Amino acid sequence: MSQVIQDKVIDEKLEWSRINADVIASMQNPRLAYWITMAICILMVAVAVAAEVYQYKYGLGAGGLNNPHMWDMYIATFVFWIGMSHAGTLLSAILHIIHAQWRKPIYRFAEAMTTFSLMTAGIFPMIHLGRVWNLYWVLPYVSDRGIWPNFRSPLVWDAFAISTYLSSSALFLFIGMIPDMAILRDHTTGWRKKLYGMLCLGWRGDDRQWRNFRRTYMLLACFLIPLAISVHSIVSSDFAMSIMPGWHVTTFPPYFVAGALYSGCAAIMTLFVALRYFFRMEEYMTLNIMEKTAKLTFAIAMVWTYLNLIEFSATWYGHNIYDKELLIDKATGVYAPIFWTMIFSGMVVPFTLCFQKLRRHMPTMLVVSILLNLGMYVERWMIVAPTLAMSHSAHQWDILFGTVIQWGIVFGSFGWFGLLFLIFVKLFPCVSMYEVKELCFHLKHEIEEEEREKQHAIKADTKVPAGGGASPAGNPGLEGA
Amino acid sequence: MSNHRLLAMFKDFDDAFEVVDKIKGKALSTVHIDDVTMMSPIEHPQIDEKLGNRPSNIGYFTLMGAIFGVSFGFVFLSAAQASFLVQPQGGKPVIPLPTNFVLMYEMLIFFAVWTTVITFLGMSGLLSRRGTLYSEKLTVDEIGLVVEVSDTELESVKDFFKENQALEIREEKV
Repeated sequence: MSQVIQDKVIDEKLEWSRINADVIASMQNPRLAYWITMAICILMVAVAVAAEVYQYKYGLGAGGLNNPHMWDMYIATFVFWIGMSHAGTLLSAILHIIHAQWRKPIYRFAEAMTTFSLMTAGIFPMIHLGRVWNLYWVLPYVSDRGIWPNFRSPLVWDAFAISTYLSSSALFLFIGMIPDMAILRDHTTGWRKKLYGMLCLGWRGDDRQWRNFRRTYMLLACFLIPLAISVHSIVSSDFAMSIMPGWHVTTFPPYFVAGALYSGCAAIMTLFVALRYFFRMEEYMTLNIMEKTAKLTFAIAMVWTYLNLIEFSATWYGHNIYDKELLIDKATGVYAPIFWTMIFSGMVVPFTLCFQKLRRHMPTMLVVSILLNLGMYVERWMIVAPTLAMSHSAHQWDILFGTVIQWGIVFGSFGWFGLLFLIFVKLFPCVSMYEVKELCFHLKHEIEEEEREKQHAIKADTKVPAGGGASPAGNPGLEGA
Repeated sequence: MSNHRLLAMFKDFDDAFEVVDKIKGKALSTVHIDDVTMMSPIEHPQIDEKLGNRPSNIGYFTLMGAIFGVSFGFVFLSAAQASFLVQPQGGKPVIPLPTNFVLMYEMLIFFAVWTTVITFLGMSGLLSRRGTLYSEKLTVDEIGLVVEVSDTELESVKDFFKENQALEIREEKV
């Protein structure tokens, strides 16, 4: 079997009209599991709202926040969701620039994940602020008192970076959907036709539009990559720019970026399995695509593992007593079960991705991807909580595992993300129709080209005289070409 | 003067490109290749090669947006910091460049992205009122060629398209 056929991620013979019909039908008739998941998400959001209302009424103490745990799980969850948002950038922007064709059927939901993760992450600074009504103080607006935010603070950088990333990734998602909106405008009826008619902005698919579209998409992808890296580097600066043990680490920015890509990839795997089942997308979200995603996740997991080990060894050989004690306490103290869960889920579980049989087994991939993300969540918690619990002054040492209120809000954030995502995939195609058509088109031509070359080679072989001598013209096999 | 617009629909890119090649070969003396528009459900990699070089200038606007963003970032932050001298600086500079670079970088990207998108909308003729010459099959699997012709050439151009495997021809008055 040729390499092109072996590596193909989708059946190139899919009719283009069928691609339209399948994707549109999937948006209208998801499986029952979709509605059940949505109900669970609504329930989770309700829990979070109740917890937040309680915390709003009684203060941050209700969430367990006090000195020294002034932000704890809220900031860990914020970092987790920011990290998750890097999936879209990786799968969409980076793989788009390097022309990885296999991303085409799945990049749309990865981009949506980016936007919704950021929307979820953005809630947490507001929540842990306590005085939510003063949120606008971080914004650089001209006030009558002439007071500006402290532009030297990484927290203000966060506000700038995240709002830039949110608007850019939302635009990236929207621009990429315009041709699909036009397909939906042409092939749906009722309110959907009206909605997509507005959103496609009058797209007609002429050569000028396609040319500008490609150029714009490429430019946005080029900007999104350094932006994503800067966002997570800035988030890491929230910690690294302090002098707290465990946080003042040089490798924090790359460590955060690697962790972000890692959790993003794991989340893509989870959503891949879910969407494939909910919307009957077996023909589009194929096992070959899952295999490639799993391999990519494994590679990033190894980078993350390496950076983790670098951090441990730098602390160990650095002989900074506070840092070293903290590391020992993480591994042997009250947070040890969480620390070892992180090590197991983040460093050991990824090795299951080395086995092809497992990579092609959807239920296994679902469990593995959830375990990977569990590892990534507790990693963020292990960055925040132990340092706060055991910093320089022993009289301030205090262990916190979060209160019911804190857990409720964190739990609800997953529901909030899930709810936004599920509404999105019901309203908009989770598979990019025009990109899948392009993929089929290119694949078909590659296979035809290969077939032609094979035929030429056979013809050339048969024309070469017995004994492998040169052709009469003196160019072996040239006349067959 | 051209007062009719014709849309000829073709089964695939090969048929449409064949017609484009014939137009380039002066099969239609009154239609120039620069006036031909191709409509398709996907972007064919050979469209530029076939229709001739039609550059997209979005990149220049992106560059301008980026330059504006970084300049605006510097001026905005410096102006804010310089106007608030009451705040004790603790011996640090009033306008700290290293930390401001981070925000200038973010503003560079912010303005570059928005300029790119706004330029794309403008240059692609999106959001503007367009003619009615369109077929829903263009978002399925058929390829369209649009040309503008005058009254006198209308029938001959239609015949040309019919002879060249056009599945359907639509027209509108300009």
